[in-house]
Amino acid sequence: MTIGVIDYGAGNLTSVLKGLSAAGAAADVVRRPPDIEDVEALVIPGVGHFASTKALDGDWRRSIYGAIDASRPVLAICLGMQWLFQGSDEAPALDGLDLLAGRCTRLAGTGVKVPHVGWNTLTRLPRPSRMLDGVEGERWAYFNHMYAAPVGRDTVAVTTHGAVFASCVEQGGVWGVQFHPEKSAATGLRILANFVALAREGS
Amino acid sequence: MLAKRIIACLDVRDGSVVKGIEFQDLRDAGDPAALARRYNDEGIDELIVLDVSATIEARLALLETVRRVAQELLIPLGVGGGIRSLEDAKAVFDAGADKVSLNTAALRDPAAVTALARVYGSQAVVVAIDAKREEGEFRVFSRSGSAREARDAVSWAREVEGRGAGEILLTSIDRDGTKQGFDCELTAAVSGAVAIPVIASGGAGAPAHFVEVFRDGRADAALAASIFHFAEHGIADLKRYLAEQGVPVRL
Repeated sequence: MTIGVIDYGAGNLTSVLKGLSAAGAAADVVRRPPDIEDVEALVIPGVGHFASTKALDGDWRRSIYGAIDASRPVLAICLGMQWLFQGSDEAPALDGLDLLAGRCTRLAGTGVKVPHVGWNTLTRLPRPSRMLDGVEGERWAYFNHMYAAPVGRDTVAVTTHGAVFASCVEQGGVWGVQFHPEKSAATGLRILANFVALAREGS
Repeated sequence: MLAKRIIACLDVRDGSVVKGIEFQDLRDAGDPAALARRYNDEGIDELIVLDVSATIEARLALLETVRRVAQELLIPLGVGGGIRSLEDAKAVFDAGADKVSLNTAALRDPAAVTALARVYGSQAVVVAIDAKREEGEFRVFSRSGSAREARDAVSWAREVEGRGAGEILLTSIDRDGTKQGFDCELTAAVSGAVAIPVIASGGAGAPAHFVEVFRDGRADAALAASIFHFAEHGIADLKRYLAEQGVPVRL
């Protein structure tokens, strides 16, 4: 079983690959949309500006939709998670994947610094979540972002920084996290391990 | 609630960790990967590797150090020292860094901050500011504290924020290595002037100094090196102490 990490030119794949490997998975970089066929599960990483998701338009978008239709698990991280929504105020002209309802907006609040950088807590919502299975106690995760997704019916955990935003979303086998699990010590490792377990089931 | 971060700094020269007193008399504190593993296990929130050597040979050695350190971590890693171009930054990101820190390079070419933020995002770009008190001002110094600049720290911080920096690593040259406590006035002046996080550095010598810089200095994170390297204060003990004092920390 191989987990493919999509390389669309946004950010650091090294950490994500290392995190998946620490969670016990064989992970490889996927550089061309057709190569999605060769992996059992997908990670959509990404840091930086929403504009860089422009590279996901066209063939990538079709191939990712295809993988989701074929029930292959997807884990979208940070900017990758934002891309699951309809779009973001950061680059209003671009469309997200539109799998989840709502648009991402800039974080704001009195006395709140943006970017939201550092360790913050995940508050679980009373909904079943495979992603958060076994994530117990105070759940600290490492965030580094300026825009955030709205809380909706697929939100399984929220975080507060100025406002309350969706920090974990889950729609079947499509998972999204606003923080960086590969940088979030034990909590992050558990979420990655849960994803690896999900990917194994399907393969 | 967002936690206040405790960051350990590894000053690396020729692949080995050193820490000086006021940027001089560097002494050897050991293998960077071994220290990184220890800090990670003790619950440090973030690690920064600063290359204090400048030769080409040393720069190649730095990339190997970053690779080895990144291998030990499931927490964020920042890297600074001698990063001048997008190519330098790319090599460091590819080696496993999550953030790069610019100091002298940002002063020489402020547009480099914007260029880096466009490609990697503001959250990956830290501007390091070394400041020294001088005639009622906080004067910026470059080249590891050796070159006096025309700018003051507060206005320079505002400028780099406008240019796309995502964080400021603010070092008090007066306090660096002295263990007499952070310069809370300097930190508060910069932190109050910008909307991006400020990491306070220079002067950590006792757990109480961290409480001061978070409360009075309004720091978002505090960085120390020698206090951790020589095992004077364990990171877990420090964080428990901070929690008792009402500072939000990740335990």
